[in-house]
Amino acid sequence: MSDFKRIIAKRKRQDFIFNIVGIVCTLIGIVTLGALLVDLFLDGLPRLNLAFLTHFPSRFAEQAGILSSWVGTLLIMVVTAAAAVPLGVAAGVYLEEYARRNWLTNLIEINIANLAGVPSIVYGLMALGLLVYQFRLGTSILTGGLTLAFLILPIVIVATREALRTIPQGIREAAYALGSTKWQVVRHHLLPYSIGGTMTGIIIALSRAIGETAPLITIGALTFIAFLPPPPIKSQAPFVSVEWLSSPFSVLPIQMFNWVSRPDQAFVVNAAGAGLVLILITLSLNAVAIVIRYRVRKRIKW
Amino acid sequence: MANLQHPVAAPAEQSSSPSPPDSRPAAARRLSRVKERIIEALLLLAAFTSVAITVGIVGTLVYESSTFFAHVPLKDFLTDTLWTPLFASPRFGILPLIMGTLVTTLVALTVALPVGTVVAIYLSEFAPVAVREIIKPALELLSAVPTVVYGYFALQFMSPLLQKFIPGLPTFNMLSAGVVMGIMIIPYVSSLSEDAMRAVPMSLREGAYALGANRIITALKVVYPSAFSGIVASYILAISRAIGETMIVAIAAGMQPNLTADPREPAATITAFIVQVSLGDLPHGSIGYQSIFAAGITLFIMTLIFNILGYILRKRFREVY
Repeated sequence: MSDFKRIIAKRKRQDFIFNIVGIVCTLIGIVTLGALLVDLFLDGLPRLNLAFLTHFPSRFAEQAGILSSWVGTLLIMVVTAAAAVPLGVAAGVYLEEYARRNWLTNLIEINIANLAGVPSIVYGLMALGLLVYQFRLGTSILTGGLTLAFLILPIVIVATREALRTIPQGIREAAYALGSTKWQVVRHHLLPYSIGGTMTGIIIALSRAIGETAPLITIGALTFIAFLPPPPIKSQAPFVSVEWLSSPFSVLPIQMFNWVSRPDQAFVVNAAGAGLVLILITLSLNAVAIVIRYRVRKRIKW
Repeated sequence: MANLQHPVAAPAEQSSSPSPPDSRPAAARRLSRVKERIIEALLLLAAFTSVAITVGIVGTLVYESSTFFAHVPLKDFLTDTLWTPLFASPRFGILPLIMGTLVTTLVALTVALPVGTVVAIYLSEFAPVAVREIIKPALELLSAVPTVVYGYFALQFMSPLLQKFIPGLPTFNMLSAGVVMGIMIIPYVSSLSEDAMRAVPMSLREGAYALGANRIITALKVVYPSAFSGIVASYILAISRAIGETMIVAIAAGMQPNLTADPREPAATITAFIVQVSLGDLPHGSIGYQSIFAAGITLFIMTLIFNILGYILRKRFREVY
């Protein structure tokens, strides 16, 4: 009988030990994230002031700011969202609600799964060869925005499909029973009910696009730029202008990369400042996404 | 899901029957049917863009690198041990870049696979629900941090830290880049593996418990093998990520091609080379311009191999409950 107790004690001990190992491994990730944030805050916070946000980059580290790069990031995101959201949601709706099980649907699905595994820099090469040179769009905000839109398209599609899948079949059938056409069901029921899940996916995808550096470097984005794109609003009729779409640009991560690779320590501090702004944007976007997901899950009880 | 047979969605021709009469004139009904068709076609077109993107990627890589391979024999490309495409007397051996990619990837996987797997087992089999609900999103934030910030962290924090333990470690080295990259991909492994393990039916665990197994034995001998296809999928995703990761290695691993298996040395990866060339001002059509596409197609093929391998493994090890 004491043998039996010994075995039980041993097995409990094994479980206890693994519990500790598990907690330690989990902490590796959490502690690193914490160290990264603290490191960035300590290095970058002294640099973070209004002048840093409103100055162009400069040869002198103390005067350099991130004005052109945060404006660039903002405009690129406008183009990316304008392209990726309608395309991604439409593709998701098609695959989830319309598609018949045939070779074409299979092809599209395998293809989307594969696209998600393609390294981001390869998208940059595609955009360089195709958009910049074949379509002659140049290294513009339009090219940059489209490149990132292609990159996040699979994320938006998958998020849309997952959000649609959570809607019970009964909702669709009730709408059909009242004589709705398929598009009416999608437009008036499925899209509004799935908006929470879709938005979560879109925000996460955009926050990923904001941090993307490699594809934009590949298409030839500038690392030093001391002017802003032409404003989208003009004083004369027609009051709107799309000139900014063809303007050269820089973005926050490229600005940070440019500064971090300089030997001068003063620029490294600037890099930390830019990194701090970047990480605050991406983390707050993720926080928003988590809140939306949480509220949707709580509110909707089918 | 898709392709449902909805009795009511059938065409409105039977409006003579007592079922809900459509009061609209026939022309309006025909118009709305045309509209439905157009909308469906537009949605299909949107779904098809993803295929067009793939065609664009493969087409561009093949087209641009074909001019490269017209200059450089494939044999030299694969066997030469020097990569100096921008020198006066250029050499085009991709091996040093592949080596740099493999070494940083291996370092990253040495960190990410064991840690990620243990975290997944812990979260799925050991942790209380409340802990899991907090830890999982917190870990996923690791993959939300922009990679350029990780590059900064590897160069400014990890490298000096490792230099304290490894004397003579240069500032730029593959080890610190690889370790940081490994930490970055932990959530890819842990989240997907945990999902796979939690999908294993409770009855399997109860069977193991009934035979006297404890939690850890159940996790390792029953849950892990049952969830293997999903776990492998997460491993493959981690490998793809590590091979294609760019900014961390471009910032922290050095930019010099270096044929070495020693992670303590600096070396350029395929991705770092593409970044380095793109930063300069290369004329369209020059050999330097073409060389980044040759490097890119190599990278693409490497990740494709792993994607296909993952697909095959998933099929072979899929358990159906």
